[in-house]
Amino acid sequence: MFTADFLKEVNQHSGEKVQLCFQCFKCSLGCPVSFAMDYLPHQLLRMVQMGLKDRVLHSHTIWVCAACETCTTRCPNHIDIARVIDTLRQMAIKQGKPAEKPIVAFHKAFLNSVRRHGKLNEWELMAEYKLRSTRFLDDLWLIPEMWKRKKLFLRIRGVHKKSEIKKIFKKAKAWNN
Amino acid sequence: MEQLGYYPGCTLETTGREFDMTTRITCQQLGIELVEIPDWNCCGASSAHELNNYLAISLAARNLAIAEQKLALDVVIPCAACFNRLKVAQKALLNKAYSEFVFEGRTKVYDLLRFLAQPRYKKRLKHQVGKSLKGLKAVAYYGCLLTRPPEVTDHPHPENPTEMDEILKILGVDCLFWSYKTDCCGASLTVGRVDVVHQLVKKLYDHALEVGAECIVTACPLCHANLDLRQKEINEKFNKNYYLPIFYFTELMVLAMDINDTEVWARGHLVDPIPLLKEKGLC
Ligand code: SF4
Ligand code: SF4
Repeated sequence: MFTADFLKEVNQHSGEKVQLCFQCFKCSLGCPVSFAMDYLPHQLLRMVQMGLKDRVLHSHTIWVCAACETCTTRCPNHIDIARVIDTLRQMAIKQGKPAEKPIVAFHKAFLNSVRRHGKLNEWELMAEYKLRSTRFLDDLWLIPEMWKRKKLFLRIRGVHKKSEIKKIFKKAKAWNN
Repeated sequence: MEQLGYYPGCTLETTGREFDMTTRITCQQLGIELVEIPDWNCCGASSAHELNNYLAISLAARNLAIAEQKLALDVVIPCAACFNRLKVAQKALLNKAYSEFVFEGRTKVYDLLRFLAQPRYKKRLKHQVGKSLKGLKAVAYYGCLLTRPPEVTDHPHPENPTEMDEILKILGVDCLFWSYKTDCCGASLTVGRVDVVHQLVKKLYDHALEVGAECIVTACPLCHANLDLRQKEINEKFNKNYYLPIFYFTELMVLAMDINDTEVWARGHLVDPIPLLKEKGLC
């Protein structure tokens, strides 16, 4: 299905000009996680140009991208591809059907912990991730290993001025971009 | 002693504790006093920018504003992901976006590796080396966010950084050439898609071994976690027998400065580096 304003929408949110992509494949050739993608980065950009909104926003590619910035660094047309992919992720979440739920669960759990304390709490991150993703057994073996090495604390670290963090999160919600 | 602002970031208080500890010792030995940014908060690391642009900038921006107003010092950051986020925020603030954070640009942001690779510190380092690490064969692994994208990091050679190689050579390390120094380890996927991380990290092990390395040296707590914590799983999954200790470059600096803390920082590693160091007569 063709969505007329998709390219415009992506350009606006990302601040990039996706129409500049001339399909040289340089981004895809250097991408370290291309083996796990359903569409390669250059294909994804072509699909944005063609207005294939549904296919792009339901793709696994936008989530398995490791945000390593290799493509952005190399694009001869200076398209910040990693930023375009950030934009696509945000649009996919708004639409409510991200293809890689555990990855989204991780990011949400991470930010929720930061929202509460101003710093990340690893226990909380793990607990919330497991609940959100229902992957209860992930990485269980690591917990005693890390505990032994004093890499996990029971104490919750946080910032003193919590109100400043609250304000940031409140405003972020209002922006919701 | 010169003073320098310090942003440890969340990982340096937990998974990256050895990095924090050896960073503090290294800096002290080189005549740098680290002053932690008061009441710093998490920068959002790899999660904020994926979900919300405003959070991605403002969480990092709060720290910069505090550093400039309360410390009036430049800031050094060991974690590559934090460094990248604070640099992105710095550039946004200089463009006069996000006026709720007061920042005029007097405070400069450095990653620890590039800061310590400046000529004056390399000179001081030469005088500090008490025990040469000669015979230790290593590859320097930079990962992605220390150098990329150059518009953010201001790195002059994003595809071929050499700072860590230079520092390791001063320490006497037999620093080997390889082509994977800036290949990604998949840090942001380590929880949601660990299978992808296994593939990426295994590739790094294979290429390190191919050039004859006995260990990999990192400059980022997320790279270190992926390479060190996942080695056991990768061995089981691919039926391999990798034994590749993963060091922070600051750990090797402390070792070469002949500071007897090896047991303390080595205890934090899942892949025990002590057998390798013993074999080389380094501890
Ligand atoms: S490198 Fe740039 S121009 Fe080339 S295919 Fe990728 S996005 Fe298009
Ligand atoms: S940022 Fe994403 S798409 Fe670009 S090279 Fe890295 S993993 Fe591939």
